Amino acid sequence: MIELDNVGYSYGGGELLSDVSVRLAPGSFHFLTGPSGSGKTTLMKLCYGALLPTSGTVRAFDADMRTRDRDEMAMMRRRIGVVHQDCRFLDHLPLADNIALPLMVSGHDMGQENANLRELMNWVGLSDRADALPPELSGGERQRAALARALIMSPDVVLADEPTGNVDWEMSQRLLQLLLELNRMGKAVLIASHDLGLIRAAKAHVQARVLRISNRQLHLAGADL
Amino acid sequence: MSKGTIRNFLIGDAQADRMVPPSGFTARLTLFVSGAMAFLTVFALALSLASGRLADRWADELARSATLRISAPSGQLAAQTKVALTILEQTPGVASARALSVEEQAALLAPWFGLDLPLDDLPIPQLIEIIAADPGYDVRGLTLRLSTEVPGAVLDDHTRWREPLVAAANSLRRLGWISIGLLGGAMAAMITLAAQSSLAANAQVIEVLRLVGARDRYIAGAFVRRFTIRALIGAAVGVVIGMAGVLLMPAASDEGGFLTGLGFQGWGWLLPLLIPTLGGVVAFIATWLAARSTLRELA
Ligand SMILES: Nc1ncnc2c1ncn2[C@@H]1O[C@H](COP(=O)(O)OP(=O)(O)O)[C@@H](O)[C@H]1O
Ligand SMILES: [Mg+2]
Repeated sequence: MIELDNVGYSYGGGELLSDVSVRLAPGSFHFLTGPSGSGKTTLMKLCYGALLPTSGTVRAFDADMRTRDRDEMAMMRRRIGVVHQDCRFLDHLPLADNIALPLMVSGHDMGQENANLRELMNWVGLSDRADALPPELSGGERQRAALARALIMSPDVVLADEPTGNVDWEMSQRLLQLLLELNRMGKAVLIASHDLGLIRAAKAHVQARVLRISNRQLHLAGADL
Repeated sequence: MSKGTIRNFLIGDAQADRMVPPSGFTARLTLFVSGAMAFLTVFALALSLASGRLADRWADELARSATLRISAPSGQLAAQTKVALTILEQTPGVASARALSVEEQAALLAPWFGLDLPLDDLPIPQLIEIIAADPGYDVRGLTLRLSTEVPGAVLDDHTRWREPLVAAANSLRRLGWISIGLLGGAMAAMITLAAQSSLAANAQVIEVLRLVGARDRYIAGAFVRRFTIRALIGAAVGVVIGMAGVLLMPAASDEGGFLTGLGFQGWGWLLPLLIPTLGGVVAFIATWLAARSTLRELA
């Protein structure tokens, strides 16, 4: 679904990533690890077209990112659910609207989607926070909301950038369960995280591949993890 | 755009409108600018229409009437007047010719000399009012014939002072239309600036919307709708106040001359109602262009 082929990226200085090749196939489950500042978030952005590679090609749903016009890019993003590291909410809208945002901007009938929305909010334990504004939420609540928003369109690919950074162990297990369940339905999942406990827990349930960024390159980590 | 699309646009996507946080400053700026421009446009329009009417009327009325003035020793005055009237009656293109009575001439002179002027004692020339038919008479031919048969006659067909007046009224009308064009341009410029400032202030919002898969059309629509509706409302208020101002002007009268004729007549009253619509169109285009260029620069 998403393929990076010999991708290099630089923000203008030296190369941050070089020769990165990876393929997120339907039903695959990947973890992305690496020290802070190694380029995990950058790699994620390359996957959903927020950044274009400085060398190599990124393909998503069988089309080169470079050849997509702005409307095609928007349509593609509706098929990729992203949990951003900094969540990215609209602070003037209540939480329920923020979670439903992808539905609204793609013209779904909110009347029909209400049950779906309620169920999802229930799943991430935010039912009683539906009317709260994002700045009033705790870090953990924001991350759960961000995951709910990423999933509401039932995307083909889920990219989660450190989705459990601020949640307690029990909640991180619940979020993982949700992602595992989606993965079983055939969705490709990529989670950037350095939470080894989370990675181990996932490996007990799924054939997860662990990718590590070091020295600007992407390596497949050993099975020892 | 079809009727349905326009209606849908105006009623709008209530959801899309909520995506952009309300902004007090650009909202007030747009309302104020549209209101002020619409207000001024009402007057520019009134000026154009009134000077247009004036130009037409002057050109028309003055072209149709002329004055023949006969100065002669009192003994010959009556005879010359008679000859002149006969000539005029025979001239093709003259609808009517009439010698002014003593009372009428006295009334004409009254503003200058008072009412109790002893006209009988003075060598006052006789005036003959000529009304031209359509098509009119041959001025040169008439002048020639009069000069031989009525030596004391001078034909004044008013062309001398008609032309500059009509030219002045026409250029006033032109100035009015140019003003309306400039007002529209200034409004477009101000709304472009307001829209750009609003787009810049909401860069974060736009970025989030793009990230969750909103198309440019959706995002631009939210801004365009907002600015168009504000411009419509502002312009409507401006037009109402402007028209009230025009209504309150004294009715056209002979004493006030040109100034009191500054208003709308008949179907002219409907014209200002177009101003809010045009203001809305200007705001629509200005915001759309501003949004398109801003969105292109974002990822
Ligand atoms: N917009 C940007 N412009 C310039 N440098 C950036 C930008 N975003 C990130 N970087 C730099 O790129 C490096 C990798 O950042 P990031 O991908 O966020 O790493 P990670 O998510 O692994 O912590 C960091 O050194 C960061 O400072
Ligand atoms: Mg990061």
